[in-house]
Amino acid sequence: MKKDTIAAIATAMSNSGIGIVRISGSESLDIVRKVYKGKELTDHAIHYGYIVDDTETIDEVLVMVMKGPHSFTGEDTVEINCHGGVYVVKRILETVVKYGARPAEPGEFTKRAFLNGKMDLSQAEAVIDIINSKNKYALQSSVSQLKGNVQKKIKEIRAGILYHTAFIETALDDPEHISVDGYGEKLRVTVDYLLKELERLLKSADNGRMIKEGIKTVILGKPNAGKSSLLNALVGEDRAIVTDIAGTTRDVLEESIQLHGISLNIMDTAGIRDTDDIVEKIGVNKAKKQAEEADLIIYVVDSSRELDQNDYDIIDMIGDKKSIILLNKSDLTTIVTKDMVKSYIDKPMIEISAKKEIGLQELEETLRNMFFDGEISFNDEVYITNIRHKTAISDAYESLKKVLFSIDNDMPEDFYSIDLLDAYESLGSITGETIGEDLVNEIFSKFCMGK
Amino acid sequence: MKYSANSVWENKDEYDVAVIGAGHAGCEAALASARLGLRTIVFTVSVDSIALMPCNPNIGGSSKGHLVREIDALGGEMGKVIDQTFIQSKMLNKSKGPAVHSLRAQADKANYTRTMRKVLENQENLEVKQAEITDILTEDGKVFGVQTYSGAIYKCKAAILCTGTYLKARCIYGEISNATGPNGLQAANYLTDSLKSLGIEMYRFKTGTPARIDRRSIDFTKMEEQFGDERVVPFSFTTNPEDVQIEQASCWLTYTNEKTHEIIRANLDRSPLFSGMIEGTGPRYCPSIEDKVVKFADKNKHQVFIEPEGLDTNEMYVGGMSSSLPEDVQYAMYRSVAGLENVKIVRNAYAIEYDCIDARQLMPTLEFKKINGLYSGGQFNGSSGYEEAAAQGLIAGINAALKILGREQIVIDRSEGYIGVLIDDLVTKESHEPYRMMTSRAEYRLLLRQDNADQRLTPIGHEIGLISDERYQYLLDKENIIIYEVERLEHTNIGANQEVQELLKKYDSTPLTSGTTLAELIRRPELSYEILEPIDKNRALINKCEQKCVDNVDKLAQEVMEQVNINIKYDGYIKRQQKQVEQFKKLESKKIPEDIDYDVIKSLRIEAVQKLKHYRPISIGQASRISGVSPADISVLLVYLESYRK
Repeated sequence: MKKDTIAAIATAMSNSGIGIVRISGSESLDIVRKVYKGKELTDHAIHYGYIVDDTETIDEVLVMVMKGPHSFTGEDTVEINCHGGVYVVKRILETVVKYGARPAEPGEFTKRAFLNGKMDLSQAEAVIDIINSKNKYALQSSVSQLKGNVQKKIKEIRAGILYHTAFIETALDDPEHISVDGYGEKLRVTVDYLLKELERLLKSADNGRMIKEGIKTVILGKPNAGKSSLLNALVGEDRAIVTDIAGTTRDVLEESIQLHGISLNIMDTAGIRDTDDIVEKIGVNKAKKQAEEADLIIYVVDSSRELDQNDYDIIDMIGDKKSIILLNKSDLTTIVTKDMVKSYIDKPMIEISAKKEIGLQELEETLRNMFFDGEISFNDEVYITNIRHKTAISDAYESLKKVLFSIDNDMPEDFYSIDLLDAYESLGSITGETIGEDLVNEIFSKFCMGK
Repeated sequence: MKYSANSVWENKDEYDVAVIGAGHAGCEAALASARLGLRTIVFTVSVDSIALMPCNPNIGGSSKGHLVREIDALGGEMGKVIDQTFIQSKMLNKSKGPAVHSLRAQADKANYTRTMRKVLENQENLEVKQAEITDILTEDGKVFGVQTYSGAIYKCKAAILCTGTYLKARCIYGEISNATGPNGLQAANYLTDSLKSLGIEMYRFKTGTPARIDRRSIDFTKMEEQFGDERVVPFSFTTNPEDVQIEQASCWLTYTNEKTHEIIRANLDRSPLFSGMIEGTGPRYCPSIEDKVVKFADKNKHQVFIEPEGLDTNEMYVGGMSSSLPEDVQYAMYRSVAGLENVKIVRNAYAIEYDCIDARQLMPTLEFKKINGLYSGGQFNGSSGYEEAAAQGLIAGINAALKILGREQIVIDRSEGYIGVLIDDLVTKESHEPYRMMTSRAEYRLLLRQDNADQRLTPIGHEIGLISDERYQYLLDKENIIIYEVERLEHTNIGANQEVQELLKKYDSTPLTSGTTLAELIRRPELSYEILEPIDKNRALINKCEQKCVDNVDKLAQEVMEQVNINIKYDGYIKRQQKQVEQFKKLESKKIPEDIDYDVIKSLRIEAVQKLKHYRPISIGQASRISGVSPADISVLLVYLESYRK
């Protein structure tokens, strides 16, 4: 069942200042009471205390309670002000979710505020725009951020659930042809297996290995500027194919790397140039699209060649986005200097040689400083996506546990499919798939009905 | 030839409602309308074929049994008639949970038809007329009459289309194609064009039926005999259970074999399906035997049920072997089955093609969105099955009548009944085959049980005017006793005394270590309300029932017992579904104004705008079930509606 109390991080996801986790809905006070240690919570007051998850203390916080209708959303609302570290804010959100809240849908707080009459009519359109733009991003991110193997695993688990549900349902619809007697024991084996798989997924969600989370960093540069060499140098392995031929990288390559605890999701792109080659053109367009969505751009300049129209195009694309400019091939005779570039674009600049791995240290330090100064931050939707996924998996896990409970308690077989379908639906919310006619189609395609 | 201009005349008799077709949908529609006091006329191509069962000789079955119970709870007729005319009855899925228990009865087809016809003929305000309707007459988008093949005009305020499988029907087997309806009955060949000229979009669907064989040519010694239940449960809540304890007929089970499958495979090229002669879309759940052999090639046998068509006939129905293969192949194929080696075929198997509609042109009331006063129900709406048809016919009949009476029309929602699921699916979802009710389609099925159909729907039937005050009062009394009894059991403590322990031991139930309540004991799978009687000292159920005005105390006591057991045993699951229903109702109750202009709502995705404009859902809930409308679109709609309201 969909929970009615929602929670979200209300501040930007960066490592600076204060973080706020906001909870809204009829159960928000009850939920916070389960995780808060301190003076009794009273209406419209600020309380000092701690957020704890069972025995673990997560952070020292200020908790503000606003009972409906005197709150932003018009519902009972609690705001937890904590230290602004990304990890802490995320941990607090996860904890309130664990104790009964649900990660808010994009724009949901604003939507509730509007529906509860807390905003006037002129704001309605703005609300719709927020819902829309945030959803557009969330839709993109929820599937595309999922790692390929995770997506595959979830699909496998869903297929397994669907098959067994369809079998039970076929037997119920056509009991004279198909018997489901004693199916519980057979199902138990499958459910045990699926539970283990889900446990593994949950663990990988905890370790952040499930989605490509991190600062979305896009490497840009004209062909043969050494972008792929840079990626390989950062990753420490030959991930991208490096040749002397311009235009070798035609698609976007992605890698996650950790630099002093900061995770970067690095994308190597096709070199930007005006080209007639259709395949290369697609690559160039993709690169441009990635750049638009990037949190950070690393612009690789080939300092052994003159700046040309391709470079000017890239500089236009960067605009005022957060970026670092690398003057690559410092090991060769350099033609392009910092000052020359600076006359076009003013960003942090470092001379490096990706090939000889010179200057990488300085790049890492620059990145780290930018992050801790709050200059670059995560796109918070990515984090939220991860928490949503995690919630969905643990909901599915709970549902499958209920199936085991029904089997253990000798419940009739038709009760199994109720929880099986709930699990199926929860997992579907990760891959963006609904139940729709899946079950009916599976029944007809896999099993022979009578008549 | 249809009428010519000089044979057109107007019948001056006045009618409120004209029902076109007297099959299972038409009968319920006509009866409901007439019973609500409206002058009703029902047209049929043959009075002898009223409530005909042209395919299987049963009523009910998984989830279809639920529909019959719901029809009965609302004041429909099907349950009463089958209770009088069944020759065998079974409660299916009895070893499963109460949600999937479902009644299925073998009918004496001729008796069923005769009995229903008698009900129609004796119904006040109802007139039966043999005639083919060829035109629906409208003015300014509103129905004002119907016209027959011979040119007669019957004026009416509403018309209900219940044409079943008769529109441009064609029966096919092998290379043979007959332009007839089922059973060689006259097809209705003109109405489709009239409907198309009104702007109605038509589909062409297909279904099929197996052969009927001569009982005397069957070797039953090679088959397994199938009996009915020892204690029969009636369909209708008004039937006295003692009246249905009859001597029952048997059915028989046999199997196809490799040889059967070989014959079929060798002749596939002669099937009209494979040759492309049949264009209609057939149902996946009711495959012909040739479909089964092709699709499930790894199965080396399929079940075949031999079922009597009635007590006064030797014809037997061959369940599981519907086909459209040529006649000679049919003989070879049936005769390869154990027990049918020398079988004589009375009627050949055939496939039937017919015109029907995309039901998304209907509102959930079953009235056409585009045509005021035109309703439809049954197979015409793209469903299949007698029960599905009857359920829609009943709702269409009720709503046509309520509309004329100026009262608010009814919509049963998905949380109130299988009827709601059926109609909502039909008018909301895309379908490419005849729609069959299935228990997996009901998301709240734990609440939509066949045993509580009266509690769910009889109050609505009473409100409409199809349920008598007396029957309604019986229900209220029953509900009060159930509530009282559940409360009492939840609060009756029971100690671990010797009498209790012995009873538990007798039923292999774990002995008590400390006190508990009677309700807790009932929750144990191996125990029940009945079993606990000896240790339940304050039980006065019979007295409670007697205090009420009821003449059948045993019946009431039985019904109460069943409900108490279910309510206590499945309490946790039931509460969970009730919570889901609350959420569901929130969206259902958010109505979308009829004159909404989706084009002005910025931020709706183009696909959503197109779908919403085309199907014009009545509520946010219905909108959310249209494919191509995303949750984000729903959010946008909600916000828009809120600002619209202000």
